[in-house]
Amino acid sequence: MNMHTKPSQEFVMTRPDDGIKVGDPLLVVDHISLSFGGVKAISDISFDVRKGEIRAIIGPNGAGKTSMLNVINGFYHPQEGTITFRGEKRTKMKPHVAAHQGIARTFQNIALFKGMSVLDNIMTGRITLQKRNLLWQALWRGPAEAEELEHRRSVEHIIDFLEIEAIRKTPVGRLPYGLQKRVELGRALAAEPALLLLDEPMAGMNLEEKEDMSRFILDVNQQFGTTIALIEHDMGVVMDLSDRVVVLDYGRKIGDGTPDEVRNNQDVIDAYLGVSHDE
Amino acid sequence: MLYREAGDFKTTYRADQQTFPIKSERILFWAFIAFAFLIVPFFINDYWNKAVLMPLLIYSMAALGLNILVGYCGQVSLGTGGFMAVGAFACYKLMTAFPGMDMFSVVILSGFVTAAVGIIFGLPSLRIKGFYLAVATLAAQFFLVWVFNKFAWFYNYSASGQITAPERSIFGIAVTGPSTAPWATYLFALTILFVFGWIARNLTRGRLGRSWMAIRDMDIAAEIIGVSPLKAKLSAFAISSFYIGIAGAMFFANYLGAAEVGEAFGIDKSFLVLFMVIIGGLGSILGSFLGAAFLVLLPVLLKNLMVGYLGWATDLAAHIQIMLVGGLIVFFLIAEPHGLAQLWRITKEKLRIWPFPY
Amino acid sequence: MSPDFLNFVEIVLNGLMAGVMYSLVALGFVLIFKASGIFNFAQGVMALFAALTLVGLQTGQVPFAHLINAILGSNVHHWGDGMNTFLAIFLTMGVMILLAWLVEKIVLKHLVNQEPIILFMATIGLAYFLEGLGDLMWGADIKTLDVGLPVGGSFWWEDLTREWAATGTEYYGMYIDVLDVSATLIALVLVIVLSLFSQYTATGRALRAVADDHQAAMSVGISLRTIWVIVWSIAGFVALVAGIMWGTKSGVQFSLSLIALKALPVLILGGFTSIPGAIIGGLIIGVGEKLAEAYIGPFFGGAIENWFAYMLALAFLLFRPQGLFGEKIIERI
Repeated sequence: MNMHTKPSQEFVMTRPDDGIKVGDPLLVVDHISLSFGGVKAISDISFDVRKGEIRAIIGPNGAGKTSMLNVINGFYHPQEGTITFRGEKRTKMKPHVAAHQGIARTFQNIALFKGMSVLDNIMTGRITLQKRNLLWQALWRGPAEAEELEHRRSVEHIIDFLEIEAIRKTPVGRLPYGLQKRVELGRALAAEPALLLLDEPMAGMNLEEKEDMSRFILDVNQQFGTTIALIEHDMGVVMDLSDRVVVLDYGRKIGDGTPDEVRNNQDVIDAYLGVSHDE
Repeated sequence: MLYREAGDFKTTYRADQQTFPIKSERILFWAFIAFAFLIVPFFINDYWNKAVLMPLLIYSMAALGLNILVGYCGQVSLGTGGFMAVGAFACYKLMTAFPGMDMFSVVILSGFVTAAVGIIFGLPSLRIKGFYLAVATLAAQFFLVWVFNKFAWFYNYSASGQITAPERSIFGIAVTGPSTAPWATYLFALTILFVFGWIARNLTRGRLGRSWMAIRDMDIAAEIIGVSPLKAKLSAFAISSFYIGIAGAMFFANYLGAAEVGEAFGIDKSFLVLFMVIIGGLGSILGSFLGAAFLVLLPVLLKNLMVGYLGWATDLAAHIQIMLVGGLIVFFLIAEPHGLAQLWRITKEKLRIWPFPY
Repeated sequence: MSPDFLNFVEIVLNGLMAGVMYSLVALGFVLIFKASGIFNFAQGVMALFAALTLVGLQTGQVPFAHLINAILGSNVHHWGDGMNTFLAIFLTMGVMILLAWLVEKIVLKHLVNQEPIILFMATIGLAYFLEGLGDLMWGADIKTLDVGLPVGGSFWWEDLTREWAATGTEYYGMYIDVLDVSATLIALVLVIVLSLFSQYTATGRALRAVADDHQAAMSVGISLRTIWVIVWSIAGFVALVAGIMWGTKSGVQFSLSLIALKALPVLILGGFTSIPGAIIGGLIIGVGEKLAEAYIGPFFGGAIENWFAYMLALAFLLFRPQGLFGEKIIERI
């Protein structure tokens, strides 16, 4: 059932240009500290993500990686420090505002909308880009429908790109794990993000699925020029994919640099080989 | 070829996302609508109107509203009776304050008043979730009923505390009051239900509907991808209350004619409408209609069977009916948590591939 | 002491004891919620059902008499003069255990792993079913329940407090219902017994294990389904106690099941998983309600008791969404 014309391969990004050149810092994390009650999750971390790069955040379990992503997209509010995204500095922000500014993400434990189809899930990713108000939506015919169709077209590009055409009407709950991860990536891409955060995109995947996912991540970065920050445990994947790596351990930054630099950093080696901290 | 999609290709996204993608279904739907609008009014009598059709239409409206809140947005509400009361009393005050106003405007305005009240009682949903929210909506239920009982201004200081609908019309035809023709109230309610059923479908299939469902399925993820919980939840409360308010207004003005708040809009109503939504199917427009039909028709059938046919006492029949409804709720939740609408979908699926199921 | 102050004390005392009655219902909720994560809306109806059964057995009613007569055209109503109260209580407990077993067998078994909200709605269905069943079995008329508990005002207390008032003022003493006093004592005993049971018996440990983590409990060999039957039986027992108290106080009738709704704000204050929370929440609601009715009510024309508890709970929730004893929730993703 071929119900659409062959899509053009290039996916048009409609988000307005922010004037930041490729290679300049898109996101600057400055002296961030975060604690819950008395427990310090992140202490005094600074790093940046440059436009157009793939930046990996690695570290042992409990190092504060996911908390860091949560800070970046406004879900956790750090007690100290600032975040500068696309030249705008902020301390506190609600997650949906961050989404509107162009930060999209996927989650460690899949957070798809279980009651909805693949298509609807990915369409939901475009929520920040749809503008028609309540009255137009109530009427449907006319502007609301036109807008819906326009976004459907963009979403179909993403569906083609991720090679999930056959399952577009399937409720996501019925899909196998690997495909769910892919749909989640699709939902994040649908927002046409300026910065894409991926929280362990390859966790729990077999080799083949990892290869697919790596290919998609590279394609997103190269074809769409999307800046990506990702958390991943598979060192092979991290070293192959990323341009620069930041290493966290016990909520502190212990290394930052290209994959090669990080690989030879003594602190990083200690953290991964489990050298005791109280020596 | 009764129900086939072979040869029924979709060549545009528009055709792909229409309400009834299969042609025979489309025809069936419009035939049904034509029957309801053009044939039924000629054969309607007072018994059918009062016992079956009006409750069916009005409860469908209420169930639509509650389904938007509970089924689509995932916010459980036990305050439906209270919100229906707001609609009814707003309707009464408007009817008596502006005798010249036509009934459509009265009913729609009552809906807006209820929507405003719904937003106020929806505010706690921004802080609390699940059972906690359900209890908060109970507060709305009891508080609203108390208000309409306590402050005589709402019932124009009538001695009995009742509100009674005066005669009001639309296009010169009376639709409220004692001397209305069955077909007039029927067509009035049917038209409103048809229009707002269509609007509900439009709202739930677009951006707003998706933001509701996102909040329902995983609120944190929804917020992170850009859904504003404030807008999504409050719009669900507002629109849901709007529908329920209209249902309450019609329940009082077109159906009962006179009402006493505790009796007509008690906590029982909240549960009844919630049951309709559950049995019909959470998150389904069709389900709202099916659920309302089921719970309107079941008691009528049971009553006819037990009282009319077997000659049992009415209270005995009532007890059995309560038991059966409760049992059916449990049965549906076990057998098909998605309700009658899902059963219908499954039936269609079977029919589509019949007679070769593989 | 001035009469105004004594009046205040009287209201608080009565509020505290009314609160105990709410706590009795809330306790049943907490037990089930702790062990199975189910918010059992039917707890109040279970109390009503227990009370109905107790009265029916005590007075020797034939169950389903109405239905039998309608079908067979017969005219049965009683099978004798009834039975000894203790035997009736014992048998009623048996009925509640049977009910618990049936609920597990017919309902819960099929709903494991469903979302909490689905289970919640299933218990609403169960509540309706039980309500209909109770009426069908025993009739819907209001019944008086007398299990030998003393009722009425305490003259001793009235005389005693009359003397507390400052000389020269007009004061007639405090009114306290002795039934409320015995209810308080019984609730106290019940809580102590339940706490001991859950602390010091193997079943109690299993219950706590299940409350903590279903999967882990199952993996060490605890049968979830047996636990559920036990918990629902205990909740049935608590419902019976609550049913006896409420039934003696205000007659066995449908409105009894509405007290279950009053237990909801109690739970919100106390938290869904804390037994002391249920007691303290009940006391706060009881006192708050009585004080509000006495001091704020007159400005609004009274009867604010109907909704005050909910509003109190709601206001409370807005400031402390996790409840009185709950820990601050850290949301994760």
